[in-house]
Amino acid sequence: MSDLRPYEALIDRLGTDLVPVRRLLPPWLRTAGWMLAVAAIAAVLLMHYGADPMLRRWAGTPDLGWAGMGAVITAITAAWAAFALGVPGRRASWAWLPLPGVLLWIGASGLGCLRTWIAPGTQIASMHQSADCLIFIISFSIPLSALLIVLLRRACPLRPVLTAVLIGLASAAASASLLEICHSFDAAATDLVTHALAVAMVVAVNAAMGGRLLSKA
Amino acid sequence: MSQTLTATGFMGLDSGLSRGMSLVRTVPVESTAASTSETPDQRRAAWMAAAQGGDRRAYEKLLADSVALIRAAARRQGVAQDYLDDVVQETLITVHRVRHTYDPSRSYDAWLTAIANRRAIDALRSRGRRDSRELHDEFALDSHPDTDDASAATESGQRAQRLREAIAELPPGQREAVEQLGLRERSLSEAAELTGRNTGALKVNLHRALKALRERFHGEP
Repeated sequence: MSDLRPYEALIDRLGTDLVPVRRLLPPWLRTAGWMLAVAAIAAVLLMHYGADPMLRRWAGTPDLGWAGMGAVITAITAAWAAFALGVPGRRASWAWLPLPGVLLWIGASGLGCLRTWIAPGTQIASMHQSADCLIFIISFSIPLSALLIVLLRRACPLRPVLTAVLIGLASAAASASLLEICHSFDAAATDLVTHALAVAMVVAVNAAMGGRLLSKA
Repeated sequence: MSQTLTATGFMGLDSGLSRGMSLVRTVPVESTAASTSETPDQRRAAWMAAAQGGDRRAYEKLLADSVALIRAAARRQGVAQDYLDDVVQETLITVHRVRHTYDPSRSYDAWLTAIANRRAIDALRSRGRRDSRELHDEFALDSHPDTDDASAATESGQRAQRLREAIAELPPGQREAVEQLGLRERSLSEAAELTGRNTGALKVNLHRALKALRERFHGEP
């Protein structure tokens, strides 16, 4: 017990400071809470635009529907992985959880892109319209990322940068899913590049800033 | 993962933590430690569950019990003996700050080790940064040699002797001015009072004396 002597004062002080704490909710429940916020935004957008244009587009081009599904799965799994990494002792391999969703999202979007070469008649978004997509994804990603950062600051992400990358991926994927509701274009090369650029920007900004914000937690 | 009766008992009591604190605090800690089938990890998990509810005794036992685990984790990360105390202290403080993130249904040791590993890496990194700013001993010795070695002391003694001889050879008025104003560091008025000369004459004599000394030493090899 002699090697405890240097810490006795500290342990005593921490014991004095001890107050009951409310335990962190399990990661899946916290993910559900965040998805509720995304669902609320989706509900507002659906009320404004209606579900018909989206469903009609999906019926016409099923791969767009798959891409949207991939984005939703990516958003859920990336947020879940981020919340899991916020708990000390959880494996870093949680970071791979969003991979299947990402593959579906990118794969299906890529197919849509290929189709424009096969059937060149489809409506292709102009650069101006693509810029709207970019602004949409980024502007929705900001509050969604901020919400995730606030929620994760209460946790203890021991790998802040990896967690921040997942936060970026989750919020960008959620924004892309929301964009599906009011997206009037087919997936074309320009559109896909814009989406990829927007997602990359959101992830990069989160990795650069979010890591610092989280490590202060 | 199997959980002992006592540990799950804590969890049950603990679930509505924010308001039902007093309930949790009344659970005796000894009963958890008395269970024979418990592993040390499970015992610590139960202590932490109690600590989350505000049980100070369980908490202090837990922290004392954690020190060895933290030291082991830090050593595995390659932290030198001298820095182990820092890592232990930083880890204990982090444990205190994030104790709400522990889930009693999971391993306490894994939770603690993850935090200790992180703090050990932080310590290694900050040490690396410090080392890169500091000079190595050999380099510092080579570039800043000690000026007060034996030969330097002899040399400066010889210089002082030559200066004293030169001052002694000055005309009396000038010698007086140098002694009073230069060597004894008296003020002009004090020197004037002691020597009976006016301050103007003292200033002129000092000026001439310094000029003469400068000319004498300037020519010397």
